[in-house]
Amino acid sequence: MKFSGAQIMLECLRQEGVKHIFGYPGGAVLPIYDALYDYKDITHILVRHEQGAAHMADGYARATGQVGVCLATSGPGATNLVTGIATAYMDSIPMVAITGQVRTTAIGKDAFQEADITGITMPITKHNYLVKSGDEIARAIAEAFYIANTGRPGPVLVDLPLDVCLNKIEWDPSTYPKKVTIASYKPNNRGHEVQIKKAAAAIAEASRPVLYVGGGAIASGAQAEVTELAERTNILTTTTLLGKGAIDETHRLAMGMLGMHGTAYANHAVANCDLLIAVGARFDDRVTGKVDQFATKAKVIHIDIDPAEIGKVRVPEIPIVGDVRTVLRELLKHVEERPWGEWNDQIATWKELFPLIYPRDGKLYAEYVIEQIGEATDWQAIMTTDVGQHQMWAAQYYKCRRPRQFITSGGLGTMGYGLPAAIGAQMALPDSRVFCLSGDGSFQMCAQELMTATVYGLPVITAIINNRSLGMVRQWQEMFYSERYSHVDLQASPDFVKLVEAYGGVGLRVDKPEDVRAALEESLKIKNRPVVLDCVIPTEENVYPMIPSGQSIDEMRIRENLEDLKASVHADAEAWSFSDEDQVLARYVEVAKGGEARKESLIDG
Amino acid sequence: MANVMSPALLAQMSQQHVVTALVENRAGVLARVAGLFARRGYNIESLTVSVTDDPQVSRMTIVVGGDHRVLEQITKQLHKLIEVIRVMDYTEIPAVERELAFIKVSAESKDRAEIMQIVEIFRGRIIDMGEKTFIIEVTGSVDKIDKVCDLLNSYGIKEMVRTGLIAMARGARTA
Repeated sequence: MKFSGAQIMLECLRQEGVKHIFGYPGGAVLPIYDALYDYKDITHILVRHEQGAAHMADGYARATGQVGVCLATSGPGATNLVTGIATAYMDSIPMVAITGQVRTTAIGKDAFQEADITGITMPITKHNYLVKSGDEIARAIAEAFYIANTGRPGPVLVDLPLDVCLNKIEWDPSTYPKKVTIASYKPNNRGHEVQIKKAAAAIAEASRPVLYVGGGAIASGAQAEVTELAERTNILTTTTLLGKGAIDETHRLAMGMLGMHGTAYANHAVANCDLLIAVGARFDDRVTGKVDQFATKAKVIHIDIDPAEIGKVRVPEIPIVGDVRTVLRELLKHVEERPWGEWNDQIATWKELFPLIYPRDGKLYAEYVIEQIGEATDWQAIMTTDVGQHQMWAAQYYKCRRPRQFITSGGLGTMGYGLPAAIGAQMALPDSRVFCLSGDGSFQMCAQELMTATVYGLPVITAIINNRSLGMVRQWQEMFYSERYSHVDLQASPDFVKLVEAYGGVGLRVDKPEDVRAALEESLKIKNRPVVLDCVIPTEENVYPMIPSGQSIDEMRIRENLEDLKASVHADAEAWSFSDEDQVLARYVEVAKGGEARKESLIDG
Repeated sequence: MANVMSPALLAQMSQQHVVTALVENRAGVLARVAGLFARRGYNIESLTVSVTDDPQVSRMTIVVGGDHRVLEQITKQLHKLIEVIRVMDYTEIPAVERELAFIKVSAESKDRAEIMQIVEIFRGRIIDMGEKTFIIEVTGSVDKIDKVCDLLNSYGIKEMVRTGLIAMARGARTA
């Protein structure tokens, strides 16, 4: 049968099981959009800016583990995808980006809307293709999906010239490869057996071990294995920003995030451990700070599917190349039980000494909003974030119960990511509640996608942590640039409530803690439109703890009035009108030795 | 951490390494490899590409500077490129390595005999002779070609082109 290139491409997507494409039409993709007209089983989501399409595909992929697909025209359409592709690349997210291209005969001639998108995206894609003839389309698409979602996942771009999409060729859809093999691409999933045994021995010998779990554990679906390893060995576990949810963050062995804005106790644990078990994590500079002062007392086991990550930053004593889940399963065959010991008590003491804490002075704080979002949704909602202070507060205070619950641009740190990512997640999981935690700066970078949410009836709730300022930059200027606040003032912003209303959504504003819960309940009643909750917080609030960039834990800054704060929280817990008793307990647990056990005794008592 | 470096290791740090990569013979592969080196800040001393006995496969020979960790990263990062089939580091493999150079040198009649002598000693060839110039072809190790250049420099090198190093493991071993 004869198919146009565009039809072949869509037929391939169908065979890959693609249900959603996030895209925006244009001249070079007209044949694709024309063919799309007949493919009713593939839902196309018309965005308002191609960057939104890329982030939506990314959010879709992070929420489900399936490959996200975005589509844009040549030239500016394609270049608008670039930020989104780079975001996915830095966080190893499986995505296929399809771009139109000018006719093959016009390539290289500076044609209208021509951009060398394969050249441009070479450093930010796992691989890319410029398809030069119709008979190459099927193979390119099949390989793109295979490469995107195997090994260390990542975005793959397929560039399709106009004439390639238009030309009809003889093609049989049943020839679409079910299984792809690429001679030069053979990811190694199984870890080396000898290395795994060595790792088990090192765990048995260690007296102060710490598990350091990253996004690789999420990508490989290893929550059960990570939890099993932690529980069997009583090893305290810290996760990276992308590793959030690899272990239930309310677990007695969970220490929250480590690194620049990580919990003090996680950082103390890492600084003092004698064995650091890095699981699908890459020793990012926001984690390590000064590399040669990071975990200096530790022997390192590094499990990662990407051999290039091993030794890139820190040379491990025991490298294991393989899929995290596969390797952990193998490792668990050799790891023996290990009792709760002095080291665990030590970390519990650090937890008590340096809790995550914020003022209870009647003002509204981001931390409180985040906790209330959790409470109002039974901690089941998916949370996406933008980038900045609110992102770090979310990382600290949003206690994920499961993987793929926390969706954030970690590596690239892309402002404007949150809302489209939330839309992507909501599109994938219509029955989930999806929150986007944003800032007044970040939100304005992709706010146009509110329209997309309205059109598709998506009830994503964006909580804007509004401090009328580019808060994280302001914090750095305060701390490291002598309070010379240069271009961080955002007093001049639109009225976010009116803005979302103009887009057909619902807007609410809160500036007092006692109003937050009611506003959230009201937001949650809305099932078919986006909601923006403008949360007005003090401008001067900073994220603590903080280890300044490129420094070590010795330079960690914590809240100065920590003891007063702790006292106030204790007193406050009595008086505060929490709707849920559990939350009061959770606050105690945060500071209480023994974690979960203590919580139970509090509930009993 | 075993951060203390042995003298041998320290010596290796300033060393240049020869890496070969077998790659798919397709458009854009060179750009990928070159781009990788540029953005990761690796220093290419030379790079040669040509097709192999298998027309589907090209072979790149890359000479890079850096310590053993840099080299390890280069090897791994190269391997991550989908179109790279195999990467081989020749640092610790017995291998033959050669480079070819054309050197256009001023050859006044008074100097010609001397120059021809140098060429002969280094087993080079004169492949073009003009009124005032020779083009000399010389093949050998990088050191040897450097040496020839040094010697010819006093006569005045007008132009020079070097192919960059190519390497092959000795014996039955293949890349």
